[in-house]
Amino acid sequence: MPEMSPAELRARLAAALPDALVDVAPLAMTPPPAHGPQPGMFHPPDPFVHPDHLVAAALFVRDTLGYALLSDIAVVDYLYAGCFELVYRFYHPSGGPGIVLRVRVPRDAPQVPSLTPHWPAANFHEREAFDLFGVEFVGHPYLRRIYMWDEFEGFPMRKDFPRQGDKYLGGDE
Amino acid sequence: MAEIDPTQLELERQGVLLTTVNRFYNWGRRSSIWPMAFGLACCAIEMMAFGLSRYDVARFGAELFRASPRQADLMIVAGTVTKKMAPQVVRLYNQMAEPRYVISMGACATSGGPFRDGYNVLRGIDLLIPVDVYVPGCPPRPEALLHALMTLQEQIDRQKLGRVRWYGSSDKPQTSDFPVPTFGAKGLEIDGKLVDPVGGLPLLSPYTSPSHGEHRSGQIEHPEIVRQFPIMDPEVELENALKARGVAPEIAADDLKRSVVNDA
Repeated sequence: MPEMSPAELRARLAAALPDALVDVAPLAMTPPPAHGPQPGMFHPPDPFVHPDHLVAAALFVRDTLGYALLSDIAVVDYLYAGCFELVYRFYHPSGGPGIVLRVRVPRDAPQVPSLTPHWPAANFHEREAFDLFGVEFVGHPYLRRIYMWDEFEGFPMRKDFPRQGDKYLGGDE
Repeated sequence: MAEIDPTQLELERQGVLLTTVNRFYNWGRRSSIWPMAFGLACCAIEMMAFGLSRYDVARFGAELFRASPRQADLMIVAGTVTKKMAPQVVRLYNQMAEPRYVISMGACATSGGPFRDGYNVLRGIDLLIPVDVYVPGCPPRPEALLHALMTLQEQIDRQKLGRVRWYGSSDKPQTSDFPVPTFGAKGLEIDGKLVDPVGGLPLLSPYTSPSHGEHRSGQIEHPEIVRQFPIMDPEVELENALKARGVAPEIAADDLKRSVVNDA
């Protein structure tokens, strides 16, 4: 079964698409506490891809490396760092562990090129990411809400979506 | 069985059947409550067990799960009612023929359950339709649902044919369709008002418990009372809606069951 470590994937991508990879600084998920143990910074080993080169990198992963199954597009909201991170997870049809591509976009203008024209499986994943996080997939043929109703306002999985519920009443006082 | 002469019961044991039209009719209705084949979430799995051989609701005459609301007497709201699903639930209820009954099965259908404070789950189906029997549990065991069915049967036994809305002369208050909520920017709306505003939920359903299926006022009982859910003990003095004033008696008495309290 094919197996590819993140470092290996980085090397293959760097050789094939030298512009696609970006170096990102380690990311702080929360404001550092005034005292006490400092939390570690978040710096995963997976390759980070520039949004403009995402389609090329994904097609390289599919056509050259053979990881043809796009399993999931996850979005993480790093509110303190001010960015969304999109995690694309690919699997090989003959099995083995998956590989991961990551894309970071700023929270105030989250725009990512859509994979749907090349990869029909991305359709619902991207609509879900748009529905819950408001990430705009440029080039998606039918980008509208999939879980929430069309009249709903706001993106409920964002960290700054207002909390609702009786248990939060009076919590700020 | 309410108000049955003990002589009558004794005669039945001896093989002499004396009955009233009322009791005979209620016996007929209680013994064939057909539920609607309608499940929303994991509670529906327990509802299937309740219908199948191990728990065997056929003993109660309720084994015929109907796929059409027109032929069903009982709606078992089995599971989480998401806001996107709620209009369909009300619509199905409106399509059922009277007399019709509702069992709210499980924590989610009753109150929203663990998803109560989320953005997507209705906080209790009784905000939209009247509920006859609530079943606690997450999910309730099939025995609990059987008990709910027996409770419903007892409620039907107590109905008086001359007084129920759907028989007899027409001067009784009749139901119209229950309003189907529409989708709004923040949640479900009826007539432009949020169905379940945060902090504004009454402890009682706006549809007062339809007393044995006989009437529905549509009014909140005692709307002048401000209700807050979490602290219901009238003795407790409140600082705000969710916080009691002062120190809990256990803490004041140093009665917490731990020897060391570190304040790190």
